Amino acid sequence: MNISTKEKVADLVATFKSTGRIVIVGASLAGLRAAEALRKEGFTGKLTIIGDEPDEPYDRPPLSKQVLKGWVPADHTKLPRVREVDAEWLLGEAATGLDRVNKQVRLAGGYQVPFDRLLIATGTRARCWPNPTEVALEGVYTIRTSNDAARLQQALAAKPGRVLVIGAGFVGSEVASVCRELGLPVTVAERASAPLVGALGGVIGSIAAEMQRDHGVDLRTGIGVKSLVGDNKGHVRRARLSDDSVVECDVVLTSLGSIRNTEWLEGSGLAAGFWGVGCDAGCRAFDINGVVTESIFVAGDIARFPHVLYEYQFLTLEHWDNAVLGAEVAAHNMVSLEADRWPHLPLPAFWSGQFGVNIKSVGVCPFGREIVFTQGSVKERRFAAAYGHRGRIVAAVTFNHGKWLEYYAAQIEHSAPFPPPPAGYDRPREMKPRPAEFPDPHVPTSLPTVILTGHDPTERGAEFRARLH
Amino acid sequence: MANLTPWQQALLYANRANPYPFYAELRKTPVSRQPDGSYVVSTYQEIVSILHDPRVSSDLSKRPKAAEVAVETSAYDREPSMITSDPPAHDRVRRSAMRHFGPPHSPDLVSNQETEIQRIVTGLLDKLKGKTRIDVVDEFAYPLPVSVICAILGVPRADEPRFHGWIQAFMNGLDLGPEAATEEQQRLRKLGDQGKQDLKNYMVALLERYAKQPGPGMLSAMVNDGAEEPLSRGELLSNAMLLLFAGHETTVNLIAHSVLTLLRHGDALEKLRRRPELIVPGVEEFLRFESSVQFWPTRTALEDIEIAGTTIQKGAQVIPVYGSGNRDPDRFTNPDEIDLEREHNKHLGYSSGIHLCFGGPLARLEAQIAVGEVVRRVRNPRLVVDPPPYRHNQIFRGPRHVMVDIDGVRD
Repeated sequence: MNISTKEKVADLVATFKSTGRIVIVGASLAGLRAAEALRKEGFTGKLTIIGDEPDEPYDRPPLSKQVLKGWVPADHTKLPRVREVDAEWLLGEAATGLDRVNKQVRLAGGYQVPFDRLLIATGTRARCWPNPTEVALEGVYTIRTSNDAARLQQALAAKPGRVLVIGAGFVGSEVASVCRELGLPVTVAERASAPLVGALGGVIGSIAAEMQRDHGVDLRTGIGVKSLVGDNKGHVRRARLSDDSVVECDVVLTSLGSIRNTEWLEGSGLAAGFWGVGCDAGCRAFDINGVVTESIFVAGDIARFPHVLYEYQFLTLEHWDNAVLGAEVAAHNMVSLEADRWPHLPLPAFWSGQFGVNIKSVGVCPFGREIVFTQGSVKERRFAAAYGHRGRIVAAVTFNHGKWLEYYAAQIEHSAPFPPPPAGYDRPREMKPRPAEFPDPHVPTSLPTVILTGHDPTERGAEFRARLH
Repeated sequence: MANLTPWQQALLYANRANPYPFYAELRKTPVSRQPDGSYVVSTYQEIVSILHDPRVSSDLSKRPKAAEVAVETSAYDREPSMITSDPPAHDRVRRSAMRHFGPPHSPDLVSNQETEIQRIVTGLLDKLKGKTRIDVVDEFAYPLPVSVICAILGVPRADEPRFHGWIQAFMNGLDLGPEAATEEQQRLRKLGDQGKQDLKNYMVALLERYAKQPGPGMLSAMVNDGAEEPLSRGELLSNAMLLLFAGHETTVNLIAHSVLTLLRHGDALEKLRRRPELIVPGVEEFLRFESSVQFWPTRTALEDIEIAGTTIQKGAQVIPVYGSGNRDPDRFTNPDEIDLEREHNKHLGYSSGIHLCFGGPLARLEAQIAVGEVVRRVRNPRLVVDPPPYRHNQIFRGPRHVMVDIDGVRD
């Protein structure tokens, strides 16, 4: 590149940064952080943020914890602003379509929003209970939005007779924990063999199950819910389970995992589907042929990107820090030239609080075939465990042992051998690797929040799932 | 003193004011074996790795005897305190002490100190009115933390002259460098041993008094804790001594160094005057720039550990040098410059991992208020002596005095 070409390119970048139009679809954590990052990157052009919820961006993790306990009102979890975004906010407006040829986002009201660069950050929504009549019963809840949390909090504060939680993933388990803290009787029905098995496997799941039972949860595993039955006022009163037993309950929380909000991209020609929107490790969306686009980026729960540590399989990560870091990388790459682009290759990490235990994890646990306890005491529920795949460490989980996680994170980043060398002290009784007991991914259970979705950017393997129901 | 390693040179008293060139030399070999068989770890990544490695112990009783003699650093021998113990004992003790200091059981204790800290700082600065020359250490940096820790622990403030003397003797008696063998240092060491013993006797009496008659503060609460995991007498003693010692010595150095650093970097001082809110990230930057705890000597490798191309031998002492890791150019851009708005400033001033500074949140709050008020109120401060005289101790490195000429103190 000669000097004048270089200057021209620099000029183009500068012009784009000052006069370009960027549209962000999705006004939650990823969308907000991306907007802030764009301003930090020196983008002074027009920025539009579209969100289908009426509220300003808010933080979701407290919804299933502090909010339900009644410590924090549901509308008090607004995300702190890192910097001024000076954007046009179109809140309460759902995007309904994407016209890539004319570079426009269509809104529900028929309005079109033109863009030069687009960020897709529409995230996920709660999977609904499949029977619409039963969903309509009073007392049946789900929890994803601030509004959901406010309603459920009220229902719990009213001291219902019994709460039924359907699905023992992280959200279901956290809500069950809150119910116990509030002194409410709670039944948890989970189709898999134990809570959290999708994310952490059966070995850890059985510990999670013990925790629930020790705290007085009526935990039913290997059990589905056949139907919800209401009284003559249309309020749910009981549930019929797959073993034909009946649970009397006044509140039902359906926590069946999430669905990616990709419907609005149908017909756009992007690699969007059940598993999310395929993109490269620089957050650029793929089209359905696996060709990378130049002007469309993806971040947050909906992004499905190949990860070097996991044999370049595509991952989706419904994790807080994935939303933040992905948004920053997407924002940077939107306004940067090829040589200056960043990769988004986070080591997945998440946390949960339930039954007095702080659970933390790094890496992709379901990628592991084996698990070994490495530190602490399972009995005392303070321990670390590592997951292995073909002789290398790929993930770790800690129960009340989070300060050790960084050690495992470094081991995972370096693909260190599995099992790791024994600790010098506070060793668990059992230190033999054993199968981690992840369920067959085709068995319907509440989906884990880390999902390995195969190698092909346009793969729609999940559509097989529909036939299983 | 010919043929000293960079680490030994960094430990010489003559280099106390500026060990950084020797640290830079050290970092050329991230993990370097010393003549006494110890391994000095000087680069950021390697320090973090050592601090999180469960094959590295903090319990001195796990170190082979021969090496132990060379490094008897703990004032809290016999029953180890939490800083010289490993899980599960460490976790039990730390949890037990934290019940009376921080969340979840005592979430407001630190933030509730704010008014009192502000009151003390205001009083100290008011006393400087009319003066044209002050000593930042004796007149400001020392009195604040000692008052705060006395109140929190429930150690009578009136006893301060006594324990101050013992602690100073102990600090002066401790030398981990090539000068440890000098006649003068041997003499100081004896005084230090006596100081340690006196402090111990004092603390035993105080704890027993609280056992008979509960009083205010953390120590009494810990003595009378009816929790599931009560501490033994020995554990109470060693941890009470640790909290009293660490609770103020390190904060004195932090405040003194922060003021010193600002006076050496007029642009940063000016910026802080214009934007007082920068004191929050600023204190983190001061902690990075002049770490109150420069290194820590009680760790031991329990297995052969491969790191940065070196194998640390099983049984060897491992010394993470926080002060060097915090100036590692591979981790911090322009590490020898002050940047009040430094991003991702994950410094090692409070260590990392399970032994992360217990009192960090309190030290932060004290330094933020104290240094913020100096910046706001003291008119035209100028350093009189640069570098200032330093205290003897290598671990808890800090100036003995910071003499400053001033034009007055605002209201």
